[in-house]
Amino acid sequence: MKKIVLAGIMALAFFAHGSLRAEVTVIKNATIMTEGAKGTVKGSILVRDGKIAEVGENVMVPEGATVIDAGGQWVIPGIIDCHVHIAVDGNMNEGSVSVSSMVNIKDVINPEDIAIYLALAGGVTAANVLHGSANSIGGQTIVLKMRWGKDADGMIFEGAKPGLKFALGENPKRAGNPQAGGAPGTPLRYPSTRMGVEDTIREAFNEAIVYKAEWDKYDAAVKGGQHPISPRKDLKLEALKEVLEGKRYVHAHCYRADEILMLIRVADDYGFKIRTFQHVMEGYKVAKEIAAHGAGASTFSDWFGFKMEVFDATPYNAAIMQKKGVVVSLNSDSENGELTSRLNTEAAKAMKYGGISREDALAMVTINPAKQLGVENRVGSIEVGKDADIVIYDKDPLSEFAKVQKVLIDGNKYFDRDQDVSGRAAKEAEKQKLMEREKQDAPQGRGGRSPQ
Amino acid sequence: MRRPCSVASVQWPVVLALAACVSAFAANDTVLIRNADVYPVSGAEMKGVSILIQDGKIADMGAKLVAPKGIKIVEAKGLRVYPGMIDSGTELGLSEIGSERVTNDANEIGEFMPQLKALIAVNADSANFGVVRVNGITSAITYPAQGGRGGGGRGGAAAAQYIAGEAALIHVAGWNWEEMEIKGSAAMQLNFPLIAGRGGRGGGDEGEAPAAARGPATFTEAKRQYDQQIQKINDFFDAARQYQKERSSNVVGFKKDLKMEAMMPVLEGKEPVAISASRERSIHDAILFAEKQHIKVVILQPRELAKTAAELKSHNIPVILGRTEALSENEDDPYDQEMTLPSVAYKAGLKFAFGTFNNEFGRNLPYNAARAVAFGLPYEEALKAITINAAEIWGVADQMGSIDKGKWADLMLTDGDPMELSTQVKGVYIKGKEIELTNHQIELYRRYLARP
Repeated sequence: MKKIVLAGIMALAFFAHGSLRAEVTVIKNATIMTEGAKGTVKGSILVRDGKIAEVGENVMVPEGATVIDAGGQWVIPGIIDCHVHIAVDGNMNEGSVSVSSMVNIKDVINPEDIAIYLALAGGVTAANVLHGSANSIGGQTIVLKMRWGKDADGMIFEGAKPGLKFALGENPKRAGNPQAGGAPGTPLRYPSTRMGVEDTIREAFNEAIVYKAEWDKYDAAVKGGQHPISPRKDLKLEALKEVLEGKRYVHAHCYRADEILMLIRVADDYGFKIRTFQHVMEGYKVAKEIAAHGAGASTFSDWFGFKMEVFDATPYNAAIMQKKGVVVSLNSDSENGELTSRLNTEAAKAMKYGGISREDALAMVTINPAKQLGVENRVGSIEVGKDADIVIYDKDPLSEFAKVQKVLIDGNKYFDRDQDVSGRAAKEAEKQKLMEREKQDAPQGRGGRSPQ
Repeated sequence: MRRPCSVASVQWPVVLALAACVSAFAANDTVLIRNADVYPVSGAEMKGVSILIQDGKIADMGAKLVAPKGIKIVEAKGLRVYPGMIDSGTELGLSEIGSERVTNDANEIGEFMPQLKALIAVNADSANFGVVRVNGITSAITYPAQGGRGGGGRGGAAAAQYIAGEAALIHVAGWNWEEMEIKGSAAMQLNFPLIAGRGGRGGGDEGEAPAAARGPATFTEAKRQYDQQIQKINDFFDAARQYQKERSSNVVGFKKDLKMEAMMPVLEGKEPVAISASRERSIHDAILFAEKQHIKVVILQPRELAKTAAELKSHNIPVILGRTEALSENEDDPYDQEMTLPSVAYKAGLKFAFGTFNNEFGRNLPYNAARAVAFGLPYEEALKAITINAAEIWGVADQMGSIDKGKWADLMLTDGDPMELSTQVKGVYIKGKEIELTNHQIELYRRYLARP
């Protein structure tokens, strides 16, 4: 009996994998922008067990391999969005306190968010999912792969270092400043100025340093063979301790130069690093300081004018920062997947605004965000040994005339435009059928389902 | 460093001297644009052609034009010349910073406000003008209510609004609104009711007020409210017609009414009503309404075109399509629904133009057109939809929209296809005057790129 069950589970596991995965795939006849050392090449990509095994002009097609003939079309590495709010179940902000480092996106992943599919349809294969920006210190972030159809755990980019969201400027101020748009009737919440935001972050790390020292002392004692009583675990400070230990990245939402500089100095004082400045619309004003700190910058291509703190936003921001030595990426900040689904066009705008080269422009949505998220040895370019996260476009991907044809993640196909289009009639029929059934079930109260 | 300057200003010291001037205009001379590749839109491409600009208009065009002595010559060899683009949906000049209410003059209070004129509130020095014109947009429709819709928009008035006022067609450069005016009464803006409790993506800026405010409990109730609202609009038009009768027959005690006066050109069929209606029912009912009231209409941002295009066509009603860089209305719509909308309109034979319906995205007008091409719209039709079609819809095709003798010299010079993201705009002319290719964002770029 036990054996039968086990066999069943194994068969199921095989099916789950086997249905999607072709062990060996060759994409041939493609113009490949590798975003790696090889530059742009015409040829083929050999994928074995979800990894890129070979890239070049002449790649032998192994027997039994699944062959995708790109027919002269373009192939790029999977796009990585360094800042999204998709795939999250419910509200994005724990707005009751301005330091909410205890909350974790990992706990609220919604693998059924349609935005994941939209992202895929736009060539995005991985994304950094963050909380909103209402809090000075928001919450713990997670990197996902857009494995549409998998459950929450199946979407997590295994091995990617998690992060912590910070937010500066108007948004964290707003909760304490009803005139600036806080909900009427809500009590004031500190901070309500940029001065207060700085202090809030300092106070938090002031606590975290004491907390860390307690634990360091305890850990040392344990190591020394003693049996001391452990300090009390504080989930809020635990995340900050991880930041101080370099085990958790800081991704900081910011706009103005003053607040960017402020956070760099705070980080210097407490001995931690800002991994990325997010949005960072005035990053171009302090690009030198950002580069010196070693932080990356993940910005918008051409947003401006939607609030006061972006009055000095310029589409040349990415170009200036790049020229001054900052690793730059372009993100969508999307909650619904719209901008996420066309980051290739955002990359192309870096060519227009500031004369960034084709390869460097595409890097801003592939290898650069991979570097910023610390996963550049896994994704971000089409190079041997990396995950087979690959996008096929019908035309030059740095053109608005191009559209995504196929997307592979770990060598598995997760999006296919032809299948999407040809499957629409069947899906519509299924929808109508379900709606009919819903109508019939309606009088029975609970939709005909018995409570479990 | 004068990198973003146009070719013309590079060659002409007089223009350079004026470059520091605050005005958008660099000069006001007779100009010969020599040896360009001209894409007139009204006809086939012409290589190596010169354009003579005199008194703000296209005076002559041809391969063998001889420059009258002493006039300014712009060498444009290798450059392309297109008609300046027309954005048929903006709030340019009326709104500066989205989230800051004090900087917004769109969305007045009041249900029926036909006497309001967008034109007279246009701030000629709005930073947004500089942003769009350096990308080749030379004129725009600016609406009295945000997003081409009344009330409920971001930062907008919360109360219901049906008639928002008169939308104006303006040039995007000038010393003041009077000089910018092309047609101050381009259209009367009407926000068509929508049945509340729609099944679209919740939240966002999709509220087609008035009806969308608080959803009634049942469909029957919602429908009753919707019918009432339509009746209200009909009543207002009927009252205007009654006024028209009394006005022409010199009834004793006749009193001039500004609201009613504003309605006269609409009733006389001289001014179209621009109706925001996105859903099938709203579009259908808007058509019935137009028929009943014998008025000329243009439909703004129709989204459910598949089911309504034939009906629109049979009534010869033109439409202004919104951004193709947008999400579909419902989660379970095809992911490319908005991108294929223009091709649906084209196949149905509709006359259509594009509007971006948000100042932040105005400069991306050509890219929205390009995206429609990627999803099935013929290229030439996309180009028409951002030039001549708009001029035809707004009744000014005799003055603008193509490069033809006698029309305004509203031109853009580019180094490639204006719909390609990497193409640079090298020169812009509005009414024959060369526009200085700079704005707040470019000035910041220059300043901070040079920061040591």
